[in-house]
Amino acid sequence: MMKDPLKPILSVQNLNVSYGEQQALKNVTVNIPEKRITAIIGPSGCGKSTLLKSMNRLIDLTEGVKYSGKIFYHDTDIFDAKTDVTYIRKKMGLLAQKPCPLPMSIYDNVAYGPRIHGQENKKELDQIVERCLRSASLWDEVKDRLKAPASKLSLGQQQRLCLARALAVDPEILLCDEPTSALDPISAQSVEELLHELRKDYTVVIVTHILRQAMRLADYVVFLYLGELIEYGPVEKILKNPENATTQAYIKGIFS
Amino acid sequence: MLVSTFIVLGGLLAVITMVLVRGVPALSISMLTQTPKGGYYLGKEGGILNAITGSLYLAAGATGLALVISLPVALYLEEYIGKSRFADFARLMLDISWGIPSIVYGVFGFTIMLYIGLKSSLLGGIITVALFEIPIMVRVMDEVLKMVPSDLKEASYALGSTRFETVFKVMVRQALPGILTAILLAFGRGIGDAASVLFTAGYTDYIPTSLFDPAATLPLAVLFQLGTPFPEVQTRAYASAAILMIIVLSLSIISRMLARKFAKHIVA
Repeated sequence: MMKDPLKPILSVQNLNVSYGEQQALKNVTVNIPEKRITAIIGPSGCGKSTLLKSMNRLIDLTEGVKYSGKIFYHDTDIFDAKTDVTYIRKKMGLLAQKPCPLPMSIYDNVAYGPRIHGQENKKELDQIVERCLRSASLWDEVKDRLKAPASKLSLGQQQRLCLARALAVDPEILLCDEPTSALDPISAQSVEELLHELRKDYTVVIVTHILRQAMRLADYVVFLYLGELIEYGPVEKILKNPENATTQAYIKGIFS
Repeated sequence: MLVSTFIVLGGLLAVITMVLVRGVPALSISMLTQTPKGGYYLGKEGGILNAITGSLYLAAGATGLALVISLPVALYLEEYIGKSRFADFARLMLDISWGIPSIVYGVFGFTIMLYIGLKSSLLGGIITVALFEIPIMVRVMDEVLKMVPSDLKEASYALGSTRFETVFKVMVRQALPGILTAILLAFGRGIGDAASVLFTAGYTDYIPTSLFDPAATLPLAVLFQLGTPFPEVQTRAYASAAILMIIVLSLSIISRMLARKFAKHIVA
């Protein structure tokens, strides 16, 4: 396993996660470098989403979950009892598998985050909404109907709205859980392009089962298999020249 | 299935037609705008404005009170203690409370009122009716909140919302159409119930001016008028029943319209 030249923004150390009897992650240690795209790949059920959702402690919502180990966000131990979970989650935006707009208007969807974090100034909210919708390249499509229900948008637009919503709380990291799997190819492509664009300002962690997507987007790749971290490193190395036999087999498509 | 459907619809239609056919001829402006004058129950002048306003005050007050208590309870059951044993126990108790006949609530309320020295009053009626509306509201809301997708909750938490914000700003909005249904269901039960208000709200020919005045209610107005030996008073009982039906019907139409308005935000 290679040493990481870049400063890690997230550092996962000996993470074990289990749901009841079933262990989802076994002793995973990995560093996520800042302002890069890191893809987590592996066959379904290997713990990709669990690893992702550990990072912003969304796994806390799952019944019967137990975990041990540490995850550091900069120097903050996110599992520490003194750590403010809402702050951690605010700094890590989530883009879910299925777009899930809040039951309110397009404007309110984006403004929801800033509002709960105390922003009440109408002018500033307007600016945030416009900036985030532009970043998600949705502004031109919705600027005339900001008060319309978000549920009326197409799936692809909804996913970009979810991205804008995540950006609105000023995160440093974007956690994406197979963000294109529910979308049509054209919408999927536009989301991919956005992520590529956002890489300049944000650290992106993306779970994907599409190897080509990892190849196109990622700088680093984490390969998980049955809850264990098998291999980790720059994308060219892992996808083109993996050391581990299991990784080789997966990439050649022997199993998936 | 078709036959059963026709039996149900036919029964409903028969009730409505009978009430309207017998009641509408007696329905007059004075019924709606006057309180009973002397000798009203002997077939003389007057109306049942006392019961209309009494019923509306009482059901609105009780439903409001029940809502203020039920919504937090339902949210707590659903999002705070979820599948714990205590939650299951609470749900069982609420189901049992739903099944208790309203006369029992009436007697219970009356006993408590005697104990604390409260006379038959609007307040006593409101509290008693709220008591038997609460299990209905909580259980219906509980079922509705259960339908809120976990993805939506995750989306809200992922933005750094606290549980309180997720519950009140996202879950309640998502469940709003169903919550309206719960409120309407409870209101319907509350405004139509005679047994629970018989002792607790009492009956009066006057419009209550304070929470401590007794209040007349439409179901009791129906009961008392139907119990007189005079045919013209009996038809007024049907007219009162028709008024009650119209109130419930128009409310359910309004709440449906509101529910549809709120439902447009919901992603199926």
